[in-house]
Amino acid sequence: MGELVFIGLGLYDERDVTLKGLEEARSCDLLFAEFFTSSLVGTGPRRLSNLYGKKIKVLTREEVEGGDIMVEAAMSRRVGFLVAGDPMAATTHVELRLRAHRAGVSTRVVAGVSALTAVAGALGLQIYKFGRITSIPFREEGFEPLSPYEVVGMNRAAGLHSLVLLDIQEERYMTAGEGMEYLLGCEAELSKGVFLPETAICVVGRLGSSQPLVRADRVGTLLEEDLGTPLHALVIPGKLHFMEVECLSEFAGLPEDLAQSFNP
Amino acid sequence: MGRKEDNIRKAQTIIHKPRYIRNIGTVAHIDHGKTTLSDSLIAGAGMMSEELAGRQLMLDYDEQEQARGITINAAIASMVHEFEGEQYLINLIDTPGHVDFGGDVTRAMRAIDGAILVVDAVEGVMPQTETVIRQALKERVRPVLFINKVDRLINELRIGPEQMQQRFLRIISEVNRRITEMLPDDLGKEWRVQVEDGSVAFGSALYKWAISVPLMQSSGITFKDIYGYHEEEKLGELSKIAPLHKTVLNMVILHLPDPYAGQKLRIPVIWKGPPDSDLGEAMIGVDENGPVAFVITKIIMDPHAGEVATGRLFSGTIRRGQKLWVVGMPNPERVQTVSMVVGPDRISVEEITAGNVVACVGLKTVVAGSTVATDEDAIPFEQIVHYSEPVVTVAIEAKHTKDLPRLVEVLRTIAKADPSIQMEIDQETGEHLMSGMGELHLEITQYRIVHEHSVDIMASDPIVVYRESVQGGGGPFEGKSPNRHNRFYLEVEPLPTQVMEALQKGEIPSNQRIKDPKGLSRTLVELGMNKKEVRNVVWIQNNNIFLDVTKGIQYLHETIELCKEAFIEAMNRGPLAAEKCMGVRVRLVDAKLHEDSIHRGPAQVIPAARSAIYGAMCEAGRILLEPKQKVVLNLPQDVMGSAIAELQSRRGLIEDISQERDQVVITSKTPVAEMFGFATAIRSATQGRVLWSYENAGLVKIPQELQGEVVGQIRSRKGLKPEPYDATYYAA
Repeated sequence: MGELVFIGLGLYDERDVTLKGLEEARSCDLLFAEFFTSSLVGTGPRRLSNLYGKKIKVLTREEVEGGDIMVEAAMSRRVGFLVAGDPMAATTHVELRLRAHRAGVSTRVVAGVSALTAVAGALGLQIYKFGRITSIPFREEGFEPLSPYEVVGMNRAAGLHSLVLLDIQEERYMTAGEGMEYLLGCEAELSKGVFLPETAICVVGRLGSSQPLVRADRVGTLLEEDLGTPLHALVIPGKLHFMEVECLSEFAGLPEDLAQSFNP
Repeated sequence: MGRKEDNIRKAQTIIHKPRYIRNIGTVAHIDHGKTTLSDSLIAGAGMMSEELAGRQLMLDYDEQEQARGITINAAIASMVHEFEGEQYLINLIDTPGHVDFGGDVTRAMRAIDGAILVVDAVEGVMPQTETVIRQALKERVRPVLFINKVDRLINELRIGPEQMQQRFLRIISEVNRRITEMLPDDLGKEWRVQVEDGSVAFGSALYKWAISVPLMQSSGITFKDIYGYHEEEKLGELSKIAPLHKTVLNMVILHLPDPYAGQKLRIPVIWKGPPDSDLGEAMIGVDENGPVAFVITKIIMDPHAGEVATGRLFSGTIRRGQKLWVVGMPNPERVQTVSMVVGPDRISVEEITAGNVVACVGLKTVVAGSTVATDEDAIPFEQIVHYSEPVVTVAIEAKHTKDLPRLVEVLRTIAKADPSIQMEIDQETGEHLMSGMGELHLEITQYRIVHEHSVDIMASDPIVVYRESVQGGGGPFEGKSPNRHNRFYLEVEPLPTQVMEALQKGEIPSNQRIKDPKGLSRTLVELGMNKKEVRNVVWIQNNNIFLDVTKGIQYLHETIELCKEAFIEAMNRGPLAAEKCMGVRVRLVDAKLHEDSIHRGPAQVIPAARSAIYGAMCEAGRILLEPKQKVVLNLPQDVMGSAIAELQSRRGLIEDISQERDQVVITSKTPVAEMFGFATAIRSATQGRVLWSYENAGLVKIPQELQGEVVGQIRSRKGLKPEPYDATYYAA
């Protein structure tokens, strides 16, 4: 009887996987992986292969969305599907799990360390105070959504923080700078005062590496700063608890005057 | 100084006096003798030697025209004619009669105020006679009638004077019926042609005689005399006492409008700007001191001068060296030369004033139909719309790869000069696809690419242009995005006939940004569509309409552009045979979207919406439409049987057979796909004793029993698997 196991690989390199994830992967007959919903920038398939002691077939977006390759393989064998971060955070995989289940393949999920909590953790922001998550896509013809800006606006109006994820497309990672420019572009179009050069923003990058980026400052200031290599993510803070202000000052270099503005 | 040079000198003085100008054209069914008439007029007016006229076909100066004995270009000639002691300048445009070049006729109408409608006395009013009358009246070009080939009635059909007059009356009443049908009441009455007032003449362009009732009365010539001249074979004498050019040109001067009368009537129809504006008043008043308003009707490639733009100057004066705006272009352009046109020659002048037909070199960005003006923001003229859709395509490649860049350039120039030609690049093969109005049209265009533009090409055999559509309603059909987190629900249905007609006539613009959504909705409601469904027209592509009838779906505004892309793709490549679709109404009725924008980008939405459209079309019943032609054969009775057999072997439907003495006229509707090689076949089936013509008769559903086979052939040719996908495939 086969099985499809979704295994989360965590944040940055091959050592971010949980012990359970490692054991699961080693005991699978076949391993697949995808790196388009998220990516382990600190490592590559070869090092993962060495760690698990078997070959890994990396699938394209089309192959994952098609899904047949994995579901068929899992009919008679134990198949592991390796995904950066926490596997079910990428909604695409929820559908794959459903289909496998309906095809009579049993499924399991091995959770992984996710940026969704790690970002808050690195900044010292409280997970209770986040609003809806949004992401910024690379612009394409006929596709320049304003909804990321609108989500940030709604969260802020409710006093909530906004976690903003940045697009990944075939080896192309959107940087924090590009993300901020995108939101400034939306501001120019909608003029709701949600995202201005003087707006406070937090930027994190390379979480899980030995040199993570953790910054909080004005948009205009961070646009000028060299923020280093990806992956990046943005947080636009809403109302800050005094403890959150202290954390941002201590861990993320929030300037004094900006800190003051959050602590009336 | 020769007579021709003398005339040119005279003409240059008349161009400033619109009262003494007539801008006219000759229009007719093919082979009714337009060009012979035009040449005889030019010769009579002293612009070429009389002996050559009727044989040289001066206006068919193109090598291909002379070889094939037909007119391909709408050619222009200016001539001077004296009438009641005054000199008149007549600018004459000879238009092609072959149906493949109908677009040229439509464009020529923009330049003229009056037309000589030529009808063959033997054949009478033919399908294309009706078409050219419609083309003229739409532009408010006033007709006079010349009944040609009267000599054939006498010599070949041997009918008597009584019957001849009856025949004339029948032709006249048929022409008038169409005039009154197509015009508003008052104008229709006023514009009817009448024997009594001399707006009808008859004669023989070949033997250069013509006569009208007023002329018969004043000169005392009778029908009996005309028979007499024929019996005694004294046609030379007849042409001396009733010279063609005098009778016809007098008729033109008396009955066709000068630019004042012409423009006053025509400007409100062809230009939608305010009539009381400076430009409006200048055009209605033919004011040479007003702002320039110049419409390009034809672009000729000259081996030395390059592109020569010819058209009608409605107001102002065009001078050599002047800077003018081509409306819609970012920069002004300089007129390098200004000239009058005399057949193949252009006579350079310093300036030409309002009310004339003008040729200019130097306007680089014009296309046929462009408006050229003094003012950058001038309101352009109404688009010159030619109804017909292309029916055949050839794939073209450069014979030598090094010529490819040049070929691209040449094809661009050709499309610019002849808007009836459509150029496309096949996305799969990279070939250039050139579509046109018929086999001949494409053949001539290929000849020009090789001989006039000196690019060696290889061309495929002509391929019929098919269209796809739907038989009934289908959907709502669910289309899923590849990540399966977005679902779109679409319905399809055929468009109402009236909407389809308005689209085909270009009354509702296709394939462009919708400039006036409210006006468009109103028009569609007037044409019978539901008020609610047309509230949000997203796009119109190739005569198909995409409607968004959803309400309040969050984030839909961010994906509607992508749905539009999907619609465009689906309408450009139908689900049956990857041919273009037409007449399909597509409605977006619901959508379920992922919360986050990254999960509903182009790679997700476009395939989802496209599958929904294709799936709904499968449910609705996909049909293939093929172009048909109305084919009219004129032949002796004894070969009728084999001609009918020939038509029937080509899926031809015989619609009418009429007989007059020994002559039979067969009217049929035959698919273009079956018409290749018809010219040779019908000639041999009738031992060469047939006169025939055709015109495009629109797209018709292919018989069900043939559809599968034809679809299979098209798909195989395109490298697709022969069987089209079904609804199950699009639902996955």
